Amino acid sequence: MSLVILSWSITIAQVMLGLACACATSRILAGPRAQDRILGLDTLYVTIMLVLLTFGIRSGTNIFFEAALVIAVLGFVGTVALAKFLMRGEVIE
Amino acid sequence: MMARVFAYPRLSVFVLIVWLTLNQSISPGQIIIGTALGLFAAVTLSALQQPGLRAGNPVAILRLVGFVGLEIVRSNIAVARIVLRPRAERRSGFLTIKLEIDDPYALTVLACILTATPGSLWVNYDPRTGLLLLHVLDLIDEAEWASIVAGYEARLKEIFR
Amino acid sequence: MSGLTDLPLWAAILVSIFVLAGSAMTLIGALGLLRFRTFYERVHAPTLGASLGTVGVLAASMLFFSVTRERVVVHEVLIFLFITMTTPVTLMLLTRSALYRDRAEGQDDLPDVRSVEDR
Repeated sequence: MSLVILSWSITIAQVMLGLACACATSRILAGPRAQDRILGLDTLYVTIMLVLLTFGIRSGTNIFFEAALVIAVLGFVGTVALAKFLMRGEVIE
Repeated sequence: MMARVFAYPRLSVFVLIVWLTLNQSISPGQIIIGTALGLFAAVTLSALQQPGLRAGNPVAILRLVGFVGLEIVRSNIAVARIVLRPRAERRSGFLTIKLEIDDPYALTVLACILTATPGSLWVNYDPRTGLLLLHVLDLIDEAEWASIVAGYEARLKEIFR
Repeated sequence: MSGLTDLPLWAAILVSIFVLAGSAMTLIGALGLLRFRTFYERVHAPTLGASLGTVGVLAASMLFFSVTRERVVVHEVLIFLFITMTTPVTLMLLTRSALYRDRAEGQDDLPDVRSVEDR
Protein backbone atom coordinates (compact mmCIF):
# COMPACT_ATOMS: atom_id res chain seq x y z
CA MET A 1 0.00 0.00 0.00
CA SER A 2 2.69 2.47 1.00
CA LEU A 3 4.60 1.52 -2.15
CA VAL A 4 1.60 2.42 -4.34
CA ILE A 5 1.02 5.76 -2.58
CA LEU A 6 4.65 6.75 -2.69
CA SER A 7 5.40 5.77 -6.27
CA TRP A 8 2.27 7.55 -7.53
CA SER A 9 2.89 10.74 -5.58
CA ILE A 10 6.51 10.86 -6.69
CA THR A 11 5.44 10.36 -10.29
CA ILE A 12 2.89 13.18 -10.01
CA ALA A 13 5.47 15.43 -8.33
CA GLN A 14 7.97 14.70 -11.12
CA VAL A 15 5.36 15.57 -13.76
CA MET A 16 4.64 18.87 -11.99
CA LEU A 17 8.35 19.67 -11.70
CA GLY A 18 8.78 18.76 -15.37
CA LEU A 19 6.02 21.23 -16.29
CA ALA A 20 7.81 23.84 -14.16
CA CYS A 21 11.00 23.13 -16.12
CA ALA A 22 9.03 23.60 -19.34
CA CYS A 23 7.73 26.99 -18.12
CA ALA A 24 11.24 28.11 -17.23
CA THR A 25 12.61 26.89 -20.56
CA SER A 26 9.95 28.72 -22.53
CA ARG A 27 10.83 31.90 -20.60
CA ILE A 28 14.48 31.37 -21.58
CA LEU A 29 13.46 30.97 -25.22
CA ALA A 30 10.87 33.76 -25.27
CA GLY A 31 12.93 36.39 -23.46
CA PRO A 32 12.14 39.15 -24.36
CA ARG A 33 15.31 40.56 -22.80
CA ALA A 34 18.53 39.10 -21.45
CA GLN A 35 17.48 39.54 -17.80
CA ASP A 36 14.32 37.50 -18.43
CA ARG A 37 16.40 34.69 -19.88
CA ILE A 38 18.77 34.69 -16.90
CA LEU A 39 15.80 34.61 -14.53
CA GLY A 40 14.43 31.62 -16.44
CA LEU A 41 17.80 29.89 -16.21
CA ASP A 42 17.92 30.47 -12.45
CA THR A 43 14.43 28.98 -12.04
CA LEU A 44 15.47 26.03 -14.20
CA TYR A 45 18.50 25.37 -11.98
CA VAL A 46 16.41 25.22 -8.80
CA THR A 47 13.68 23.10 -10.41
CA ILE A 48 16.15 20.57 -11.83
CA MET A 49 17.76 20.33 -8.42
CA LEU A 50 14.34 19.43 -6.97
CA VAL A 51 13.79 16.85 -9.75
CA LEU A 52 17.11 15.22 -8.81
CA LEU A 53 16.00 15.06 -5.17
CA THR A 54 12.78 13.29 -6.13
CA PHE A 55 14.82 10.81 -8.18
CA GLY A 56 16.92 10.31 -5.04
CA ILE A 57 13.81 9.41 -3.02
CA ARG A 58 12.64 7.03 -5.75
CA SER A 59 15.95 5.17 -6.03
CA GLY A 60 16.94 5.39 -2.36
CA THR A 61 20.56 6.31 -3.10
CA ASN A 62 22.75 9.21 -2.06
CA ILE A 63 24.24 9.95 -5.47
CA PHE A 64 21.41 12.26 -6.54
CA PHE A 65 21.83 14.30 -3.37
CA GLU A 66 25.45 15.04 -4.24
CA ALA A 67 24.46 16.11 -7.74
CA ALA A 68 21.71 18.35 -6.31
CA LEU A 69 24.21 19.96 -3.94
CA VAL A 70 26.61 20.71 -6.79
CA ILE A 71 23.79 22.24 -8.87
CA ALA A 72 22.67 24.36 -5.89
CA VAL A 73 26.17 25.83 -5.54
CA LEU A 74 27.13 26.18 -9.20
CA GLY A 75 23.74 27.58 -10.25
CA PHE A 76 24.27 30.49 -7.89
CA VAL A 77 27.76 31.25 -9.21
CA GLY A 78 26.55 31.08 -12.82
CA THR A 79 23.59 33.37 -12.30
CA VAL A 80 25.60 35.93 -10.34
CA ALA A 81 28.26 36.01 -13.05
CA LEU A 82 25.62 36.57 -15.72
CA ALA A 83 23.87 39.30 -13.72
CA LYS A 84 27.20 41.02 -13.09
CA PHE A 85 27.95 40.84 -16.80
CA LEU A 86 24.65 42.54 -17.64
CA MET A 87 25.40 45.39 -15.26
CA ARG A 88 28.97 46.19 -16.25
CA GLY A 89 29.85 44.23 -19.33
CA GLU A 90 32.51 42.32 -17.39
CA VAL A 91 32.40 39.74 -14.62
CA ILE A 92 35.43 40.62 -12.51
CA GLU A 93 36.17 44.28 -11.98
CA MET B 1 49.09 34.92 13.23
CA MET B 2 47.61 33.06 16.22
CA ALA B 3 45.14 35.87 16.79
CA ARG B 4 43.98 35.58 13.20
CA VAL B 5 43.52 31.80 13.47
CA PHE B 6 41.09 32.16 16.37
CA ALA B 7 39.61 35.48 15.22
CA TYR B 8 36.19 34.08 14.25
CA PRO B 9 35.28 31.19 16.59
CA ARG B 10 31.62 31.14 15.50
CA LEU B 11 32.59 30.92 11.82
CA SER B 12 35.09 28.12 12.55
CA VAL B 13 32.47 26.10 14.45
CA PHE B 14 29.94 26.67 11.65
CA VAL B 15 32.39 25.42 8.99
CA LEU B 16 33.15 22.38 11.16
CA ILE B 17 29.43 21.57 11.50
CA VAL B 18 28.86 21.99 7.74
CA TRP B 19 31.83 19.72 7.01
CA LEU B 20 30.61 16.98 9.37
CA THR B 21 27.06 17.20 7.98
CA LEU B 22 28.37 16.98 4.44
CA ASN B 23 30.37 13.84 5.23
CA GLN B 24 27.67 12.39 7.50
CA SER B 25 30.30 11.24 9.99
CA ILE B 26 31.73 12.28 13.33
CA SER B 27 34.89 10.19 13.15
CA PRO B 28 38.04 11.80 14.65
CA GLY B 29 39.68 12.18 11.24
CA GLN B 30 36.78 14.17 9.83
CA ILE B 31 36.68 16.33 12.99
CA ILE B 32 40.37 17.17 12.51
CA ILE B 33 39.90 18.06 8.83
CA GLY B 34 36.80 20.12 9.63
CA THR B 35 38.55 22.02 12.42
CA ALA B 36 41.50 22.77 10.15
CA LEU B 37 39.13 24.04 7.46
CA GLY B 38 37.27 26.19 9.98
CA LEU B 39 40.47 27.80 11.25
CA PHE B 40 41.70 28.34 7.68
CA ALA B 41 38.39 30.04 6.88
CA ALA B 42 38.93 32.36 9.87
CA VAL B 43 42.39 33.34 8.57
CA THR B 44 40.93 34.03 5.12
CA LEU B 45 38.08 36.11 6.48
CA SER B 46 40.33 38.20 8.72
CA ALA B 47 42.27 39.21 5.60
CA LEU B 48 39.07 40.94 4.44
CA GLN B 49 38.94 43.07 7.62
CA GLN B 50 35.21 42.99 8.18
CA PRO B 51 33.63 45.38 10.69
CA GLY B 52 32.99 43.77 14.06
CA LEU B 53 29.76 41.85 14.57
CA ARG B 54 27.88 42.57 17.79
CA ALA B 55 25.12 40.02 17.71
CA GLY B 56 23.58 38.90 20.95
CA ASN B 57 20.45 37.56 22.55
CA PRO B 58 19.88 34.07 21.10
CA VAL B 59 16.24 34.18 22.22
CA ALA B 60 15.61 37.21 20.00
CA ILE B 61 17.36 35.44 17.08
CA LEU B 62 15.16 32.34 17.49
CA ARG B 63 12.05 34.53 17.68
CA LEU B 64 13.10 36.30 14.47
CA VAL B 65 13.68 32.94 12.71
CA GLY B 66 10.24 31.69 13.74
CA PHE B 67 8.57 34.95 12.71
CA VAL B 68 10.31 34.94 9.31
CA GLY B 69 9.34 31.29 8.76
CA LEU B 70 5.66 32.03 9.37
CA GLU B 71 5.85 35.16 7.23
CA ILE B 72 7.42 33.21 4.32
CA VAL B 73 4.65 30.57 4.45
CA ARG B 74 1.97 33.28 4.58
CA SER B 75 3.39 35.25 1.64
CA ASN B 76 3.99 32.04 -0.36
CA ILE B 77 0.26 31.42 -0.22
CA ALA B 78 -0.50 35.08 -1.01
CA VAL B 79 1.78 35.10 -4.08
CA ALA B 80 0.40 31.73 -5.26
CA ARG B 81 -3.08 33.31 -5.18
CA ILE B 82 -1.82 36.28 -7.20
CA VAL B 83 -0.28 33.96 -9.83
CA LEU B 84 -3.48 31.97 -10.22
CA ARG B 85 -5.71 35.08 -10.30
CA PRO B 86 -6.87 36.58 -13.63
CA ARG B 87 -4.55 39.16 -15.15
CA ALA B 88 -6.40 42.40 -14.56
CA GLU B 89 -6.33 42.47 -10.78
CA ARG B 90 -2.59 42.80 -10.33
CA ARG B 91 -0.84 45.93 -9.12
CA SER B 92 2.90 45.94 -8.51
CA GLY B 93 5.31 48.77 -8.12
CA PHE B 94 8.30 50.40 -6.48
CA LEU B 95 8.15 51.75 -2.97
CA THR B 96 10.53 53.95 -0.95
CA ILE B 97 10.85 53.41 2.77
CA LYS B 98 12.99 55.29 5.28
CA LEU B 99 15.05 52.86 7.36
CA GLU B 100 16.20 53.55 10.91
CA ILE B 101 18.84 50.84 11.28
CA ASP B 102 22.31 51.48 9.85
CA ASP B 103 24.32 48.49 11.10
CA PRO B 104 25.70 46.73 7.97
CA TYR B 105 24.91 43.26 9.32
CA ALA B 106 21.35 44.20 10.26
CA LEU B 107 20.86 45.66 6.78
CA THR B 108 22.24 42.46 5.20
CA VAL B 109 19.85 40.29 7.20
CA LEU B 110 16.94 42.59 6.37
CA ALA B 111 17.82 42.46 2.65
CA CYS B 112 17.92 38.66 2.70
CA ILE B 113 14.64 38.38 4.63
CA LEU B 114 12.75 40.80 2.38
CA THR B 115 14.03 39.19 -0.82
CA ALA B 116 13.57 35.59 0.36
CA THR B 117 9.96 36.40 1.23
CA PRO B 118 7.92 36.04 -1.96
CA GLY B 119 6.23 39.24 -3.04
CA SER B 120 8.85 41.73 -1.87
CA LEU B 121 12.27 42.46 -3.32
CA TRP B 122 15.06 44.65 -1.96
CA VAL B 123 16.40 46.73 -4.86
CA ASN B 124 18.60 49.49 -3.52
CA TYR B 125 19.68 51.18 -0.29
CA ASP B 126 21.25 54.59 -0.08
CA PRO B 127 23.44 54.83 3.05
CA ARG B 128 23.53 58.65 2.97
CA THR B 129 19.79 59.18 3.13
CA GLY B 130 18.80 55.83 4.67
CA LEU B 131 16.21 55.32 1.94
CA LEU B 132 15.35 51.78 0.87
CA LEU B 133 13.95 51.07 -2.59
CA LEU B 134 11.65 48.07 -2.54
CA HIS B 135 9.68 46.37 -5.30
CA VAL B 136 6.48 44.69 -4.19
CA LEU B 137 4.15 42.47 -6.17
CA ASP B 138 1.01 43.37 -4.28
CA LEU B 139 1.09 47.14 -3.87
CA ILE B 140 -2.37 47.77 -2.49
CA ASP B 141 -1.44 49.59 0.68
CA GLU B 142 1.92 51.38 1.00
CA ALA B 143 1.45 51.97 4.71
CA GLU B 144 1.01 48.24 5.32
CA TRP B 145 4.36 47.45 3.67
CA ALA B 146 6.03 50.21 5.69
CA SER B 147 4.68 48.71 8.90
CA ILE B 148 5.88 45.20 7.90
CA VAL B 149 9.40 46.56 7.33
CA ALA B 150 9.22 48.51 10.60
CA GLY B 151 8.31 45.27 12.40
CA TYR B 152 11.42 43.56 11.03
CA GLU B 153 13.51 46.60 11.96
CA ALA B 154 12.34 46.48 15.57
CA ARG B 155 13.24 42.79 15.82
CA LEU B 156 16.65 43.38 14.21
CA LYS B 157 17.40 46.28 16.57
CA GLU B 158 16.90 43.87 19.44
CA ILE B 159 19.59 41.56 17.99
CA PHE B 160 22.19 43.96 16.54
CA ARG B 161 22.70 46.57 19.20
CA MET C 1 12.17 0.87 -7.17
CA SER C 2 14.28 -0.79 -4.48
CA GLY C 3 14.10 1.77 -1.71
CA LEU C 4 10.37 2.35 -1.76
CA THR C 5 9.25 -1.02 -0.37
CA ASP C 6 10.18 -0.94 3.31
CA LEU C 7 8.33 2.17 4.46
CA PRO C 8 5.48 2.29 6.99
CA LEU C 9 2.18 3.76 5.80
CA TRP C 10 2.27 6.93 7.92
CA ALA C 11 5.71 7.82 6.59
CA ALA C 12 4.63 7.16 3.01
CA ILE C 13 1.65 9.49 3.40
CA LEU C 14 3.74 12.25 5.03
CA VAL C 15 6.48 12.00 2.38
CA SER C 16 3.81 12.15 -0.34
CA ILE C 17 2.22 15.26 1.16
CA PHE C 18 5.58 17.04 1.44
CA VAL C 19 6.79 16.14 -2.03
CA LEU C 20 3.46 17.04 -3.67
CA ALA C 21 3.16 20.37 -1.80
CA GLY C 22 6.73 21.31 -2.66
CA SER C 23 6.45 20.51 -6.34
CA ALA C 24 3.03 22.20 -6.60
CA MET C 25 4.54 25.40 -5.15
CA THR C 26 7.44 25.19 -7.61
CA LEU C 27 5.02 24.72 -10.51
CA ILE C 28 2.95 27.74 -9.42
CA GLY C 29 6.13 29.82 -9.23
CA ALA C 30 7.17 28.75 -12.72
CA LEU C 31 3.66 29.52 -14.01
CA GLY C 32 4.04 33.01 -12.54
CA LEU C 33 7.32 33.36 -14.42
CA LEU C 34 5.38 32.60 -17.58
CA ARG C 35 2.25 34.67 -16.90
CA PHE C 36 3.50 37.95 -15.43
CA ARG C 37 3.85 40.74 -17.95
CA THR C 38 6.86 42.81 -16.83
CA PHE C 39 10.30 41.72 -15.69
CA TYR C 40 9.87 43.30 -12.26
CA GLU C 41 6.77 41.19 -11.64
CA ARG C 42 8.42 38.04 -12.96
CA VAL C 43 11.37 38.38 -10.63
CA HIS C 44 9.07 37.56 -7.70
CA ALA C 45 7.95 34.23 -9.13
CA PRO C 46 11.06 32.03 -8.59
CA THR C 47 11.07 32.75 -4.84
CA LEU C 48 8.09 30.40 -4.51
CA GLY C 49 10.16 27.46 -5.75
CA ALA C 50 13.20 28.58 -3.82
CA SER C 51 11.38 28.87 -0.49
CA LEU C 52 8.43 26.55 0.14
CA GLY C 53 9.06 24.40 -2.94
CA THR C 54 12.57 23.52 -1.83
CA VAL C 55 11.52 23.11 1.80
CA GLY C 56 8.77 20.66 0.83
CA VAL C 57 10.93 18.40 -1.31
CA LEU C 58 13.85 18.54 1.13
CA ALA C 59 11.57 17.69 4.07
CA ALA C 60 10.22 14.71 2.11
CA SER C 61 13.75 13.53 1.34
CA MET C 62 14.90 13.96 4.95
CA LEU C 63 11.91 12.05 6.32
CA PHE C 64 12.22 9.27 3.74
CA PHE C 65 15.92 8.62 4.34
CA SER C 66 15.60 8.99 8.12
CA VAL C 67 12.90 6.28 8.18
CA THR C 68 14.44 3.87 5.66
CA ARG C 69 17.97 4.05 7.09
CA GLU C 70 16.74 4.13 10.69
CA ARG C 71 18.95 7.06 11.66
CA VAL C 72 18.57 10.83 11.47
CA VAL C 73 19.60 12.12 8.04
CA VAL C 74 20.00 15.90 8.06
CA HIS C 75 22.41 16.68 5.24
CA GLU C 76 19.51 18.05 3.14
CA VAL C 77 19.64 21.06 5.48
CA LEU C 78 22.83 22.09 3.64
CA ILE C 79 20.96 22.50 0.34
CA PHE C 80 18.33 24.53 2.18
CA LEU C 81 21.08 26.77 3.63
CA PHE C 82 22.73 27.29 0.23
CA ILE C 83 19.47 28.06 -1.54
CA THR C 84 18.13 30.46 1.09
CA MET C 85 21.44 32.32 1.32
CA THR C 86 22.04 32.57 -2.42
CA THR C 87 18.61 33.23 -3.97
CA PRO C 88 18.24 36.75 -2.45
CA VAL C 89 21.70 37.72 -3.71
CA THR C 90 20.92 36.48 -7.21
CA LEU C 91 17.58 38.24 -7.44
CA MET C 92 18.89 41.52 -6.02
CA LEU C 93 21.80 41.59 -8.48
CA LEU C 94 19.55 40.69 -11.39
CA THR C 95 16.97 43.37 -10.53
CA ARG C 96 19.63 46.01 -10.12
CA SER C 97 21.21 45.20 -13.46
CA ALA C 98 17.79 45.15 -15.13
CA LEU C 99 16.99 48.59 -13.69
CA TYR C 100 20.41 49.84 -14.76
CA ARG C 101 19.84 48.62 -18.31
CA ASP C 102 16.31 49.98 -18.52
CA ARG C 103 17.38 53.41 -17.30
CA ALA C 104 20.37 53.44 -19.63
CA GLU C 105 17.86 53.02 -22.45
CA GLY C 106 15.90 56.04 -21.24
CA GLN C 107 12.94 54.64 -19.33
CA ASP C 108 12.74 57.55 -16.90
CA ASP C 109 9.67 56.33 -15.01
CA LEU C 110 11.85 53.78 -13.21
CA PRO C 111 13.74 54.73 -10.02
CA ASP C 112 17.43 55.52 -10.00
CA VAL C 113 19.71 52.77 -8.67
CA ARG C 114 23.11 54.38 -8.87
CA SER C 115 24.75 53.88 -5.50
CA VAL C 116 27.04 56.35 -3.81
CA GLU C 117 30.29 54.96 -5.18
CA ASP C 118 29.12 55.43 -8.76
CA ARG C 119 28.60 59.17 -8.46
